[in-house]
Amino acid sequence: MRFASAMAVAALALAAAGCERKPAAPGPSPARAPTPSATAEAAGDSILIGHVASLTGDQATYGVSSDNGIKLAIAELNAKGGVKGRRLALRTYDDEGIPEKAAAAATRLAVHDQVAVLLGEVASSRSLAMAAIADGTGVPMISTASTHPRVTRDRGRTRPYVFRVCFVDPFQGAVMAKFAREHLRLAKVAVLRDVGNDYSVGLADFFVARFEELGGTIVSDQGFKAGDRDFQVQLTAIASTRPQMIYVPAYYADVALIGRQARELGIGVPLAGGDGWDSDRLFEIARGALDGSYFTDHYTHENPAPLVQRFVQRYREAYGAVPDAAAALGYDAARVAADAMSRAPDLSGPALREAIGKTKDFPGVTGRISLDASHDAVKPAVVIGIERNVGRYLTTVEP
Amino acid sequence: MTEFFQHLVNGVSVGTIYALIALGYTMVYGVLKLINFAHGDVYMVGAFSGYYLGTVGGGGQPSFIRAAYITLGAMIVCGLLGYVIERFAYRPLRDQARLTSLITAIGVSFLLEYGFQLTPWFREPVPFPPGPSPRFFPTLLDFGPAPSLEFLGVTVPKIDALGLVLALALMLLLQHIVYRTRFGTAMRAVSFDPQVAGLMGIPVNRIISMTFVLGSALAAAAGIINASSRPKIEPLFGLMSGLKAFVAAVLGGIGNVPGAMAGGLLLGVTEEYVAGYTSSSYRDAIAFAVLILVLLLRPEGLFGRATVEKV
Amino acid sequence: MTRARALLRSFLPFLVGLPILVVLEAVTPPDFSLILVSVGVNVILAVSLNVVNGFTGQFSLGHAGFMAVGAYTAAKLTTALAGVELPFLPQVLSDQIFFALALSAAMAAAALAGVLVGMPSLRLRGDYLAIVTLGFGEIIRSVIENLKALGQATGLSGLPARTNLVWVGISVIATVVMAYRLATSTQGRALFAIREDEIAAEAMGVDTTGYKVRAFVISAAYAGLAGALISHAILLATPRMFTFVRSIEVVVMVVLGGLGSITGSVVAAALLTVALELLREFQAYRMVVYALLLIALMLLRPQGIFGTRELWNLALFRRLFRSPRLAAAATSGASPTEIRDDSTTGGAV
Repeated sequence: MRFASAMAVAALALAAAGCERKPAAPGPSPARAPTPSATAEAAGDSILIGHVASLTGDQATYGVSSDNGIKLAIAELNAKGGVKGRRLALRTYDDEGIPEKAAAAATRLAVHDQVAVLLGEVASSRSLAMAAIADGTGVPMISTASTHPRVTRDRGRTRPYVFRVCFVDPFQGAVMAKFAREHLRLAKVAVLRDVGNDYSVGLADFFVARFEELGGTIVSDQGFKAGDRDFQVQLTAIASTRPQMIYVPAYYADVALIGRQARELGIGVPLAGGDGWDSDRLFEIARGALDGSYFTDHYTHENPAPLVQRFVQRYREAYGAVPDAAAALGYDAARVAADAMSRAPDLSGPALREAIGKTKDFPGVTGRISLDASHDAVKPAVVIGIERNVGRYLTTVEP
Repeated sequence: MTEFFQHLVNGVSVGTIYALIALGYTMVYGVLKLINFAHGDVYMVGAFSGYYLGTVGGGGQPSFIRAAYITLGAMIVCGLLGYVIERFAYRPLRDQARLTSLITAIGVSFLLEYGFQLTPWFREPVPFPPGPSPRFFPTLLDFGPAPSLEFLGVTVPKIDALGLVLALALMLLLQHIVYRTRFGTAMRAVSFDPQVAGLMGIPVNRIISMTFVLGSALAAAAGIINASSRPKIEPLFGLMSGLKAFVAAVLGGIGNVPGAMAGGLLLGVTEEYVAGYTSSSYRDAIAFAVLILVLLLRPEGLFGRATVEKV
Repeated sequence: MTRARALLRSFLPFLVGLPILVVLEAVTPPDFSLILVSVGVNVILAVSLNVVNGFTGQFSLGHAGFMAVGAYTAAKLTTALAGVELPFLPQVLSDQIFFALALSAAMAAAALAGVLVGMPSLRLRGDYLAIVTLGFGEIIRSVIENLKALGQATGLSGLPARTNLVWVGISVIATVVMAYRLATSTQGRALFAIREDEIAAEAMGVDTTGYKVRAFVISAAYAGLAGALISHAILLATPRMFTFVRSIEVVVMVVLGGLGSITGSVVAAALLTVALELLREFQAYRMVVYALLLIALMLLRPQGIFGTRELWNLALFRRLFRSPRLAAAATSGASPTEIRDDSTTGGAV
């Protein structure tokens, strides 16, 4: 009896808590976070920029590349005297490729370190986790390479503080669908997606929708989960439907393994994917298994434009590697942020947000960057083909 | 039809791995009545030992000699690891409640998994611990342009076929050790009743240590076989395989050596068929569903003998 | 008369706690508030797991599964009701009423899951039960990963921020009061009897299966509450948050505090959470610390810091606050003695 009453009491008290709640004490609200501008000045002479990146983990090259790109941009800007006469300083936190850790890192940068602007992430799942924090704390965030539409949009409404310097997946998926249907003249394609990854699921959906619209058929739609090492089940099921191509919108480490296991199972058709493929590690792991495959990307280092070639050369001098898309977008994101800072009247969240939103025809290495009403950059995509274990530029598709 | 047999081939190649790991579980459970939770991580360490042996000094050309050296090396490293774990984590607790040992085993498992995920303390000659980024296992054997055999449309990767042969050889060797040698007889005696075995002059501690060494070496071999065909290795990959191997051991009747092999193969094939014909995202749930069904319907396993609990 | 006193004893902590919590909520800065929320959530988890692992002597490794059930139930409700406003009430108040509703639903759903898992599992004991609960936890996660409505493996994001210190504090008090009242009730005695010797308990006429399932259900309900609270604090519910690694974290807290000790669980959960929060720079070492703690604890002091005793039964505490009433409570045997496991090796006679 006492036991029953104890349970009842507990339940009652819980129910009562809602009514007892004083409206005078609202939950964690943006109003209580100190304004970033006040403290950025207090922190000293330099303007602090926060970066959340996967420096380790499954997608380590994304984080390392974009961090390198940002560092290069900041070094160049500081050499020219910084912004508003103040030097730029970068603080990067590693999220190990885990969305929950990205959210924690963003909170720390925004609330504790009080950065003027947040840069990152490359992967959409992690940008999504950060986006809520940018909005909640009122610190503008520029995602470098997250292409999922929901990164800048929340339930049909544009997120006020979140921007990106790359194109979005409805466009990227359509580009590959069009390329497969009209250029390669394929009718039957299978899809293998990472079901635990917003980017992969979204891009696969957009590809499927556009490809079917163009009259093609999706013969098989399989999924895997991050951390899987064995893809034979899915590949066997796919092979039995005899597709002409397999669309794998996933990240490089998984793609390379999938490519190898597909060849081991005697599947000879090309694979195709998106910007998640872009990493040196892709070729290192695949060891030729992906020859004949295609992927869409943000830029190509083969672009002869002087701006691009100068960037490629400087990056190579600094890091001894050819910059991949993550590096180029990190470079562009940092420069767009600095450009907005120089235009903004002060460095408070709202002022900076206003200035970033007005970015127009900014000359980036990944193309001209103009942010539209939904805070996305409208830019062309390139299609890269893989031959003898090297990516080669094929064509550019305008939006 | 081709698809059906292809799934069978894939399932057997996954099942051999479960079987090899399950042997370690089943032997340890037999002698200690302990679920050695850390066994899946010993399997992971086996793959990493192979990785380090294969990459230190710049690696070398793929060849059979190198593959054999790396496999044996990893088995020795893991044998030692198994000995150390038993000696320092489990032996002091042998007279305590069984749950105490289980909690310790979970602790050891986490220590290996997360210890391996720390950022490397030193980088030369090899970065250790490996850290959270995945590593890629060196190629031990190069099959050139034709990595697979083909029978009537069913493709068998050569590396998987070789792994299967090696696994079967190891299982036969184990069968011989357990049923035909003095050590095996002693091991079975300890498993039957450790106290009486001790009274009969069997060095119980040494037998238990040897059981751990043997089981861990088998897990290392499984690690090498698996990593050479699925070369992405990271510190957490042993966790799920370890749990599934435990399910395989229960399925075959825990404590039963041939049962563990059969259980492993059966689980691998079942998983493959369910994942292949329904949705692959149910793959991990299948093993646990099998476990729950077995424990509820036939707790002694497919090949085990029921025991009555005495008060 | 006694009933009135018992009722007062249950209500008193809430009456005292509520004003303190409201003040706390008003003055705590947001980054510190998140730490307090995670402390509270871990305390709820540890105390509720203690009901199964400590009081009843069963070993559950599936707590995270129940958290997931609670988190997703509440998340679906709050997102569905996010735009709805009750008539004649300000938005804030109406949101809080809906959140209360969501929390109750979370507890109910998790309790239901507890029945479904408990009924079959509790035929098993010891390490087999541990593995089966682990398996059920993973199955729950796997089912979530396959349900379109629950966002599959990517989970639900953008939940409304509803959790605050008042909610967490009230839930902590509710959990602790529940555990304490349970421990001192007839039901609690039955659970302790099962822990000490299940066969003897059954022989004495204790409905062991019934009590075990009940303990399991209570524990699951509060785990669901914790899941709902944490997901509305970090505004995210993904299957990755509820892996069995999370269950093990809770087990470490319970074992560290002492299986069976309520205050032990509270202290251990709070200490571990705060300590690991302070060691943020060494994030990577967090789980290694857990692992080493577990091993060291089992080797050196397998009964945990407090054993099965409560804070006020410890010699040190009693010396500090010598009070005749407490001393009497201690000697009256409110806390049973050491745990004995009937499954030690070679224990059969």
